[in-house]
Amino acid sequence: MPTDAILQMRGITKTFPGVRALHDVNLTVRRGEIHAICGENGAGKSTLMKVLSGVYPHGSYAGETTFDGQPARFAGIRDSEHRGIVIIHQELALCPQLTIAENIFLGNEQTRRGLIDWNHTNHQAAELLRRVGLTENPTTLVTEIGVGKQQLVEIAKALSKQVKLLILDEPTAALNDEDSAHLLDLLRGLRDTGITCVIISHKLNEILAVADTISILRDGELIETLDLATDEVTEDRLISGMVGRSMEHRFPPRTPKIGAEALRIEEWTVRSPDGDRVVVADANLTLHRGEVVGLAGLMGAGRTELAMSVFGRAYGRDISGRVYKDGRQIQLRSVREAIDHGIAYATEDRKRYGLNLIEDIQRNVSAAGLTRLARRGWVNEGAEHRTAQEFRRSMNIKAPSVASIVGKLSGGNQQKVVLSKWIFTEPDVLILDEPTRGIDVGAKYEIYSIINQIADNGTAVLVISSELPELIGLCDRIYTLSAGRITGEVRRADATQERLMQHMVQGQEQGSGADR
Amino acid sequence: MSVARINVRESGIYIAFGLIVVLFAVLTDGALLQPQNLSNIIVQNSYVLILAIGMILVIIAGHIDLSVGSVVGATGAIAAVLMVEHDLPWPLALLITLIAGAAIGAWQGFWIAYFGIPAFIVTLAGMLLFRALTLSVLGNQGIGPFPDPVRTLANGFTEGYLGNIGLGPLGGADLVSLLVGLVAVGGIAVSQWRARVARLGYDQAVEPLPVFLFKIVGASAAVLFVIVQLARFKNLPWVLVLLAALVLGYSLLTKRSVFGRQIYAVGGNLQAAVLSGVKVKSVVFWIFVNMGVLSALAGIIFAGRLNLAGPTAGNTFELDAIAAAFIGGAAVQGGVGKVVGAVTGGLIMGVINNGMSLIGAPSENVMLVKGAVLLAAVAFDVWSKRRAGVASR
Repeated sequence: MPTDAILQMRGITKTFPGVRALHDVNLTVRRGEIHAICGENGAGKSTLMKVLSGVYPHGSYAGETTFDGQPARFAGIRDSEHRGIVIIHQELALCPQLTIAENIFLGNEQTRRGLIDWNHTNHQAAELLRRVGLTENPTTLVTEIGVGKQQLVEIAKALSKQVKLLILDEPTAALNDEDSAHLLDLLRGLRDTGITCVIISHKLNEILAVADTISILRDGELIETLDLATDEVTEDRLISGMVGRSMEHRFPPRTPKIGAEALRIEEWTVRSPDGDRVVVADANLTLHRGEVVGLAGLMGAGRTELAMSVFGRAYGRDISGRVYKDGRQIQLRSVREAIDHGIAYATEDRKRYGLNLIEDIQRNVSAAGLTRLARRGWVNEGAEHRTAQEFRRSMNIKAPSVASIVGKLSGGNQQKVVLSKWIFTEPDVLILDEPTRGIDVGAKYEIYSIINQIADNGTAVLVISSELPELIGLCDRIYTLSAGRITGEVRRADATQERLMQHMVQGQEQGSGADR
Repeated sequence: MSVARINVRESGIYIAFGLIVVLFAVLTDGALLQPQNLSNIIVQNSYVLILAIGMILVIIAGHIDLSVGSVVGATGAIAAVLMVEHDLPWPLALLITLIAGAAIGAWQGFWIAYFGIPAFIVTLAGMLLFRALTLSVLGNQGIGPFPDPVRTLANGFTEGYLGNIGLGPLGGADLVSLLVGLVAVGGIAVSQWRARVARLGYDQAVEPLPVFLFKIVGASAAVLFVIVQLARFKNLPWVLVLLAALVLGYSLLTKRSVFGRQIYAVGGNLQAAVLSGVKVKSVVFWIFVNMGVLSALAGIIFAGRLNLAGPTAGNTFELDAIAAAFIGGAAVQGGVGKVVGAVTGGLIMGVINNGMSLIGAPSENVMLVKGAVLLAAVAFDVWSKRRAGVASR
């Protein structure tokens, strides 16, 4: 591996009013390596990358950057792209109603005598798609391909700009394991053609699998840079670097007190909203009071769809099957009915589906249980305020007051607001969909403790998660879902990642096409 | 410093209103604030203010209603036909007209909430449909005159039940009006003070005491001034009484009721509202029913004031109502807005209209200024939000 540095950042310090986001960061990236940057949320990873790519122009921060042997003083993102630095953000920036080829050459249109040369454009695009291993027609609309393939289109777009340094921010956060593996393979392939990659990721196993070098940021400072060729590096090693303490216990201790059956679902079958495919097929599952049950499955296995269809038919059509609550059969025709029957569902994407970001903590906490605070349709604001205060204290929501706008809180604190909202409805069954996604390690531990506490109070908790270690560490029992079918039920004592994964891929090939 | 900025953003609309009033009072040598002119401003703008109250709810929920002008025309026509051609007793005719407004709102609410067509399209169609209804109900001619009670509601004043008292150099003034004014001022002061004490009791941030007192004294002085002027003229316009009741009722509804909270939830994040158990379709449906009823009320008052239901009644009222809501601080994306803000926005435009006609400005200049004010108000809102966003990184 060549050892000269393509990028050197020296003494980078960036402050926002009241916050020091980066402090004297020195980062060296060698040419042709995959360099991972990890750290908790708010550690400064994204800020560092924004400094590098010119989103924060030269002069708005202290320190110097050298790229490819030349000083880099970018006034904007166009400058950095011109030099061969391309950043791919977590939220993909593609236009869904344009074709793949149009997206790749957006802002860089291939023209002849002032008009776009579509044959040349599509031909070039096909060539780029071949390089990233995507077998799609360049004239396919982006909206018609899955998020994993969209990520590849983003990379193809970067390649079209003669990229030298490719920065990927959480590239696999929304991908299933198969697509993630493909993406990581692709990164290795790009490295071998001489492209340097910087990857920001929460998924430590992926970092360990793909990276040559790992830099750890904590509280805006670069803690250490580890070379995987020479240093002994494990996940625990990374975690202790990120949080500054040994994480022997990533999960709070748990002694379950399992009670009577709370919810039972029988022969549950759901079709997608367009009626095209069966998303959940013939599912049976049972939850008990005081129990934390996991639901594992690859992306697209139908986990969210199962949960939302039970939650008052918030998803799908032609739903058939039976729901029993405390042994009695019930009908759940609307979300309101589900809540009234003591079922709560905290969504996967809290910003889009879980919170009113422009409102304050108080009004978000009361949103689902407002009728509890009202008499004859009129809200008792004093009681509402006391409720929100109580949750702010008990959940340790870090905010100046309950009048703080939720959109300005960190991911972990937002998740606590979502949990407060549902705990306030005093549910018997609480479904949590990816409760720790995008949350830093320290806040995760807090969320786990809260989940334990909810269960200990006699609630049945169903946790949907893509992170198998999380399910194994948290749950008393785990169901696996594959292509809409329940393929396994594993007790905590027997649960290993390998075993769960076997169930999760079982029957994939004859599955009814619930891919993506 | 950030506290001061929040204050400016929240109360910017009221400061702007004050400045505009002072500006035109100076430009017109005080004619703007003469008793008769103040009364005119209130009566002439009452229907737009009523529409603005309905419109702010629609806009908070993330929708729009382009049809209100045509609905004003159609309901005015219905009222006229019932009262003038069929000689129905006026209370019954009024009730039927309000129900017709509700039916019109239900029609539009159905297509928007349950069928899923954007409100922009449904109400654009409604704008044409209900203008057509107006014309066919009227048979393409104006119908009038209206019974006296309806004209009194639209144009009349409260009686001097307790006679006049002398106010020294200001001359005689109606005692009932003055007492109403004092009660209103006392009510404002007491309710604001109690709200402040309650917030303090919960350790919430409040504005500094001098700022608070300045605001209360300022608002009280403004209300008292208007009331005294009205009491010196012909007492309180009935539409002012009606408007005060509507503002109070709808402010409470938006702030304190479950339904009101759900309007903000729907506009703030539709998906989250659905998944929190809010019956979104029903909320949207009833917002449009409400808009229809308020449009009918405005239609009756407008027709009663002109003493004629005409084919062009209500033309472009929708634009005034929408402008009032946005000048009053509503957000284009929905989820934000206040009833008092929308009414203040409507009054700003009313004062500009009135003041500029007093100084004899041509109508193109009035439009120019109103357009600029609307753009400036929304631009300020967008700018201050962006500032706030950057400051908090």
